[in-house]
Amino acid sequence: MTQTTAGRPPSEPSQRKQRAQIKARTLRTDRWWLAPAITFAALSSFLVYGFWAIFDKSYFIEPYIAPFSSPCLATSCPEGARFLGLAPLGDWWTLPPGFLILGLPAGFRLTCYYYRKGYYRAFWLSPPACGVGEPHKKYTGETRLPLIIQNVHRYFFYGAILIAAVLTWDAVLALRDHEGNWGHVGLGTVILWINVVLIWAYTLSCHSCRHITAGRLNHFSKHPVRYKMWTFVSKLNSRHMLLAWLSMYSVMLADLYVRLVAKGIVNFPLA
Amino acid sequence: MGYKAKFRVWRGEGGEGALEDFVVEVNEGEVVLDVIHRLQATQAPDLAVRWNCKAGKCGSCSVEINGKPRLGCMTRMSTFTEYETITVTPMRTFPVIKDLVCDVSFNYQKAREIPSFTPPDNVKPGEYRMQQIDVERSQEFRKCIECFMCNNVCHVIRDHEENKPAFAGPRFLMRIAELDMHPYDVADRKDSAQEEHGLGYCNITKCCTEVCPEHIKITDNALIPMKERVVDRKYDPLVWLGSKIFKRPGSSNPSGSKAG
Amino acid sequence: MDIERHEYDVVVIGAGGAGLRAAIEARQQGKRTAIVCKSLFGKAHTVMAEGGAAAAMGNVNSDDNWMVHFRDTMRGGKFLNNPRMAELHAKESPDRVWELEAWGALFDRTKDGRISQRNFGGHEYPRLAHVGDRTGLELIRTLQQRVVALQQEDERLHGDAEAYIKVFAECTITTLLKQGPARDAGISGAFGYWRETGRLICFDAPAVVLATGGIGKSYVVTSNSWEYTGDGHALALLAGASLINMEFIQFHPTGMVWPPSVRGILVTESVRGDGGVLRNSEGKRFMFDYIPEVFKDKYATTEEEADRWYNDQANNRRPPELLPRDEVARAINSEVKAGRGSPHGGVFLDVSSRLPAAEIIKRLPSMHHQFKELADVDITAEPMEVGPTCHYIMGGVEVEADTGASSVPGLFAAGEVSGGMHGSNRLGGNSLSDLLVFGRRAGAGAAAYVDRLAARPVTPDDVMRAAEIEAVAPLSRAGGENPYEVHHELQRTMNELVGIIRKAEEVKEALEVVTKLKERAAATGAPGGRIYNPGWHLAIDLRNMLLVSDCVARAALIREESRGGHTRDDFPGMSAEWRRKLLVCALTADGEVSVEEKEQPPMRDDLFRLFDRAELSKYVTADELADYDALVKES
Ligand SMILES: Cc1cc2nc3c(=O)[nH]c(=O)nc-3n(C[C@H](O)[C@H](O)[C@H](O)COP(=O)(O)OP(=O)(O)OC[C@H]3O[C@@H](n4cnc5c(N)ncnc54)[C@H](O)[C@@H]3O)c2cc1C
Ligand code: SF4
Ligand code: SF4
Ligand code: FES
Ligand code: FES
Repeated sequence: MTQTTAGRPPSEPSQRKQRAQIKARTLRTDRWWLAPAITFAALSSFLVYGFWAIFDKSYFIEPYIAPFSSPCLATSCPEGARFLGLAPLGDWWTLPPGFLILGLPAGFRLTCYYYRKGYYRAFWLSPPACGVGEPHKKYTGETRLPLIIQNVHRYFFYGAILIAAVLTWDAVLALRDHEGNWGHVGLGTVILWINVVLIWAYTLSCHSCRHITAGRLNHFSKHPVRYKMWTFVSKLNSRHMLLAWLSMYSVMLADLYVRLVAKGIVNFPLA
Repeated sequence: MGYKAKFRVWRGEGGEGALEDFVVEVNEGEVVLDVIHRLQATQAPDLAVRWNCKAGKCGSCSVEINGKPRLGCMTRMSTFTEYETITVTPMRTFPVIKDLVCDVSFNYQKAREIPSFTPPDNVKPGEYRMQQIDVERSQEFRKCIECFMCNNVCHVIRDHEENKPAFAGPRFLMRIAELDMHPYDVADRKDSAQEEHGLGYCNITKCCTEVCPEHIKITDNALIPMKERVVDRKYDPLVWLGSKIFKRPGSSNPSGSKAG
Repeated sequence: MDIERHEYDVVVIGAGGAGLRAAIEARQQGKRTAIVCKSLFGKAHTVMAEGGAAAAMGNVNSDDNWMVHFRDTMRGGKFLNNPRMAELHAKESPDRVWELEAWGALFDRTKDGRISQRNFGGHEYPRLAHVGDRTGLELIRTLQQRVVALQQEDERLHGDAEAYIKVFAECTITTLLKQGPARDAGISGAFGYWRETGRLICFDAPAVVLATGGIGKSYVVTSNSWEYTGDGHALALLAGASLINMEFIQFHPTGMVWPPSVRGILVTESVRGDGGVLRNSEGKRFMFDYIPEVFKDKYATTEEEADRWYNDQANNRRPPELLPRDEVARAINSEVKAGRGSPHGGVFLDVSSRLPAAEIIKRLPSMHHQFKELADVDITAEPMEVGPTCHYIMGGVEVEADTGASSVPGLFAAGEVSGGMHGSNRLGGNSLSDLLVFGRRAGAGAAAYVDRLAARPVTPDDVMRAAEIEAVAPLSRAGGENPYEVHHELQRTMNELVGIIRKAEEVKEALEVVTKLKERAAATGAPGGRIYNPGWHLAIDLRNMLLVSDCVARAALIREESRGGHTRDDFPGMSAEWRRKLLVCALTADGEVSVEEKEQPPMRDDLFRLFDRAELSKYVTADELADYDALVKES
């Protein structure tokens, strides 16, 4: 009485297992290429700027230090630019200070879940937009080297907190005038403060941060404080993309501004 | 009020087929599925389309409209201009049976590969006590109507048929997240999410989230948190070290067993 | 043409709540079980249920218990319910809901971590376990995942996931097979076709559980989907079983009325349970004018009292918006007829002025979404337009309460396709719990029946051949009548002539139309091949819709009173004599529908005593009341 029931015999058309043969790469009629194109342009411009900024030497003028070159940890930095007055690396480091430190924020953003989406789409076209075929023959995603390394994002997050702290310190220092007296508020101070707020917002809205606060728990109700933190981070997190762009541009503009002041191009009383 | 709209509908069986042109009447307030039904009733009685509730609740009527995965019953004609040609095709990622109807058995097979809800042995029905805030995350994922459009749009399998065996697709990776976050589930799902169900294939490009008709934040709330949980287990040297020393696996729940 | 054949112990037709629960039970009793359904697995009509599942768990108000639930159910059904079914339902539904939780369902919670329960029309206490407004989805997904869990278990034990329970999705059953033509000949299987391929398929099985849901597709304005063509009702009739209560159809008071293409789609009752009110074009909360005599002492008479009730249910009576559905539907109908309707022929249902926007979105997310997407209406800012829509059929296969067994040996039924449980009107939320309670009972009943059988039944060859010929006939009539047109005409006829308010002449007219349509249906043809051919499918479904419509109309003509889901313009009152009578539909030897009166089984004494005299006196005859008095005196 118990005979195992056979599946559907192979003669059925459904066994022909073929997708609808549609040649077009996409049938989308909207401007799906616009978003990746903008992302491409914006990220590229940032890279170009960053490359230039690293080699640019005018990164410091009392009381401002350009974010891309902070913290400055070598004796090659001007005295006032050294982080907490220290130069732990001594004088063997002669390359621009940005080289030393940019790895952290760059790594943070490079492994950021949002930027990953951005550049996978805009640079690697994998996929360029939803429902648009990607050009690659093979795809393994983040399952193997090198992309499996993206999983270290959390460590960059810890590093990013340090960087945000340094930038906060820089912004505090910008409350002095060029002679070191407290109470100064120049345009540069305002710019550095806006930047540091955005950097914090971006850093705290990080998915790893959300996970660490309480995302990893299964019983929020037993950890009310962490749940509150998670709720707060979750709110920020839903704007993570926006914060990523805002903070990227704010840091770039702040950096550029300090350099312009340092070069004497911007030079007015409230600078 | 009514007007004549230009439609192009993919018609064919078992993969072979072509786009066919129709001119069809459209009335106020109608959705694409209404128009497809009008085609059935007036011009093409054997035009195949899958549907059921016509209220966006069952997830049967998934098709691609102008190249985008959409529910036919929830796509209002008023979102298009009267001059536009509207192209309706079956979902690309799954084999087509006929016209707009796909064989979605891939999804049911994947569903069966995910280990079911595993409660602890010692709680009886009726004894479950869970706080609202503890179930809310999983409840979001349970809004899923299984339209399979997220699996359809995901480039991991849409553009790479060969990845199908290794990848559960966003729908079922989300199911893993749902169970992993369930206050009473005691199964360990982190290693298998990565090793067996292909979480690593996802490159978080968010197309699943973009198409989800239930507006579930699949990537942000299920896939990325799940990736982070896997990091806890597999890629976090501190946790690894801790687990070696304290013999307690990098638990997602410091309060002891998940059911605690 | 070769026919695919499978052998099972129990075949469950339908994968909604009732079908899945029945199948799970049969499998848990060790029976090899097939689940056959017309749509994909997990998409049956049950997904559409919104409000919740009624179960007297007493989580929100600890005064609630099965007896209160039982009373509410009987009252809602105007005492026409099968009392044994109402009793089992009230007693067992909490266990069935808890069981779901152990299978992974995540209901909304109370503060102390239990399952939260909400108010609904006709329920004395907050009683509906729910998840936002997508309870049906939770229910079906949980059962679906339970089936998968059992399959995983079988995979581990037997190496074959489908060894003991297999789903045949998109497969339509057209005929029940029997050992012979006699009325009491036992079931031997079921016959149908794959929608996908058009291939014919035959299940050999000693027991069949019908769980095919309702009949709404015979009406134009309905909240039901295409699946609801009354297949189970018709299959049972054709197999020799009988249907009861077919005249009782629930018109849900609040369906969408605009735009035309979504007319009928449901607006959940939770909108009213959570504070929504009904107003006519003059802005008046008209429901206060429509509280019927039997409910006078249970409902608020002023807006102030009604509004207080939402926060203090102990000291206030409930708002009349929460009267049983039949009352509200008739009230809306009258308002519209009196010219006080909304621009598109409904009335206004307003929550926007009653709850803050954020609260509305939280409590009624899918309603918010539905109106936004389909009607461009923001329910947090403006009222909805609503009107009655054909929603649920109380009537169905006459079954034994404890086992779901019909009069045909081996044929069981559960869920909307079965009759009796809800009497003349179903309370909201009582269906989902009905599915679970009686789904399980029917599954168990079928398993026990199989255990009792000495030998497997065999289907005679000519029975098979007849089933085959009937199934493919429309394909050979390629030039025949267009099935879509026949369908539309039937829908219009039923909607207009056997709708919410009925008159003898109109129903007679409908019967004539149905007879004519039967002829036309027999000549419908479907061009195209067998593969996923919707025209062919509809041509087959027409037989069922027509048979069922015939039953509805005939029973509606005979019952000369108004009660619950049956309102006769020419007999507006409720009659205590008619309460004792059930109308039983069956097929005669030559395929005609016959309707016979049958006495309603009396209520057991202990159940009878649960009601108070004043209430009973509104429903029962003087004789019955005398029995009651004797009972009370005895104790
Ligand atoms: C919009 C809406 C909202 C509702 N809200 C609620 C609510 O809040 N609370 C409540 O309690 N009730 C509610 N109901 C009622 C309730 O949902 C239904 O009565 C119930 O789901 C019916 O379940 P069922 O298991 O009997 O059948 P269904 O879930 O309808 O399943 C029928 C099954 O039978 C299959 N089938 C049918 N014919 C055949 C055939 N010939 N061959 C093979 N398979 C076949 C179908 O494919 C389907 O799988 C609502 C109903 C609607 C329409
Ligand atoms: S986010 Fe991941 S799962 Fe979702 S579509 Fe993109 S690659 Fe696929
Ligand atoms: S997650 Fe969303 S897109 Fe994916 S199947 Fe569920 S409802 Fe559809
Ligand atoms: S910074 Fe973007 S996710 Fe961590
Ligand atoms: S038909 Fe159910 S979602 Fe479209």
